[in-house]
Amino acid sequence: MADKFGRFGVHGGRYIPETLMNAVIELEESYNRYKDDPEFNRELTELLDEYAGRPSRLYYAEKLTRELGGAKIYLKREDLNHTGSHKINNVLGQALLAKKMGKTRLIAETGAGQHGVATATAAALLDMECVVFMGKEDTKRQALNVYRMKLLGATVIPVTSGTATLKDAVSEAMREWTSRIDDTHYCLGSVMGPHPFPTIVRDFQAVISRETKQQILEKEGRLPDAVIACVGGGSNAIGSFYHFIEDKEVRLIGCEAAGRGIDTFETAATINTGRLGIFHGMKSYFCQDEFGQIAPVYSISAGLDYPGIGPEHANLHDTGRAEYVAITDDEAVNAFEYLSRTEGIIPAIESAHAVAYAIKLAPTMDKDKIIVVTVSGRGDKDCAAIARYRGEDIYE
Amino acid sequence: MSNTANERIKGAFAGGKAFIPFITCGDPNLGTTKKLVRAAANAGADLIELGIPFSDPTAEGPVIQEANIRALAAGTTTDKVFDLVRDLRKDVTIPLVFMTYANVVFSYGSERFLSTCKEIGIDGVILPDVPFEEKGEFAEICKKYDVAQISLIAPTSENRIAMIAKEAEGFLYIVSSLGVTGTRSEITTDLASIVKVVRENTDIPCAIGFGISNPAQAKKMADISDGAIVGSAIMKIIGKYGEGAVSYVSDYVKEMKDALR
Repeated sequence: MADKFGRFGVHGGRYIPETLMNAVIELEESYNRYKDDPEFNRELTELLDEYAGRPSRLYYAEKLTRELGGAKIYLKREDLNHTGSHKINNVLGQALLAKKMGKTRLIAETGAGQHGVATATAAALLDMECVVFMGKEDTKRQALNVYRMKLLGATVIPVTSGTATLKDAVSEAMREWTSRIDDTHYCLGSVMGPHPFPTIVRDFQAVISRETKQQILEKEGRLPDAVIACVGGGSNAIGSFYHFIEDKEVRLIGCEAAGRGIDTFETAATINTGRLGIFHGMKSYFCQDEFGQIAPVYSISAGLDYPGIGPEHANLHDTGRAEYVAITDDEAVNAFEYLSRTEGIIPAIESAHAVAYAIKLAPTMDKDKIIVVTVSGRGDKDCAAIARYRGEDIYE
Repeated sequence: MSNTANERIKGAFAGGKAFIPFITCGDPNLGTTKKLVRAAANAGADLIELGIPFSDPTAEGPVIQEANIRALAAGTTTDKVFDLVRDLRKDVTIPLVFMTYANVVFSYGSERFLSTCKEIGIDGVILPDVPFEEKGEFAEICKKYDVAQISLIAPTSENRIAMIAKEAEGFLYIVSSLGVTGTRSEITTDLASIVKVVRENTDIPCAIGFGISNPAQAKKMADISDGAIVGSAIMKIIGKYGEGAVSYVSDYVKEMKDALR
């Protein structure tokens, strides 16, 4: 849990321009007012259940388990949510909160496009204007999601500054927010940025582990031995971990994007290759050079292609409560194909990083052990890019 | 220099309204920056903000973003900027402050960064991503090395102005408008009311920046405060003329300073 200054250990805080300070203070106060408000929670639960399709299933992947020959593998199916990923959990919460605060306009950053699509969806439903910032590189990698956002009535602004990927989309959304605060809420998509965002997003994503815990107790009568999730900023991972943090016997494993390998410069594995810094409103670990210039990171996955990690993860790493492993592009693509073939489930390439580690870990564990893997999103959006990775040029 | 950073900076405001240019170090290269800073000082600049380039300057508009990118592409590093200042201090006597982002200082090692500032004659630091609540990250080290940690006040600061002004060091940087740096045709914020609250809470000088590009705007802003800060308009000239920008920047600074006399 963060302290009142938004600190998780040494990480977190609010390193933002003065122009935004009253906006984040107002957000914090509003969130504290509504988070335990019965009416707010009734409305949010109704949206999550009736609109987004919660609770998501905890599916026993029997075939995958048998083929790997070790621990039992359960998949937490966030890919089955409306809009196709866990992002909707946070967005519905923030959009509803913004609406209560009297905001009429949502802005958001997006990497793979999943958060952008979720935000555009909530804006359509709640009659709000929506502007999404997306790195120009990512608009090419994820053209289908750009179309979806536009279809939902959002304006998509391709960001050409810097590396034209997720970090630049975040920077541009922050710049936009400083120019228009009165009617605009910045619907941040991950457990990052200035306090209170890491806490708000964590709370809205914690529904994942709340359900998982209940579901695994019903199915197995005990807690899992390991929970595995992919980590970019870390929202699905913190959501998957949160209600297990106090259960010390449950291993919590975050899978970072190693890109072409953590011994290369083409990587986005923050915990494995970064160091402590201050960027995008928070103190945390960042990929950077010796003078603190933020590194141009790389991953095949647009959603994990970010040079930082949320402050709560940075603290879970410091305390040793969670482990962070690096998964290469190759391993993720193999897992993407493997899960599709064995279970008939096409995971998002982001989620495939978590599946890849489960494929390594399960065979090393006894058959009476249990692993839960969060499939944070569906992989339809990635098919064309993976086909290209395999040398097949297909049209979307 | 036996007086304190606060006194040295105050001195820049002693001879009337101050004109404060901002220059990104290393754009197009550090050799040109050296000439630009000397030219600006000779043309009447009262204090100069030296930008240490950062890869992701989130408070900047397109003009200064591009200047940062050009400077980094030209191989500018924090150590090379320190060397630049060492050279400038052979003859430039007006106050010089760094404007950069928290990570540039933090990642260098805050103690190492600020002790070097003292050694080379830097009077203050402006970190636009460090608000009042986080200034403790650097405050004690700044005090230890007598480097003024300059705070910003924004149009949205409202109930925060008094709190920020009371603890202000060096001078107060009043942000004229919402949004990022860059030139604007019109500035509509009620800055006089902000300055009034500032005056009630501190005798530290205050200057207005963001969006100022021409002499008339500069005069208007300086009339209600103690000075005007100009960044994007200067970096636009440097972006256009590159190594040939020195005489243009010199003329521009002179014209702006004359408008404030």
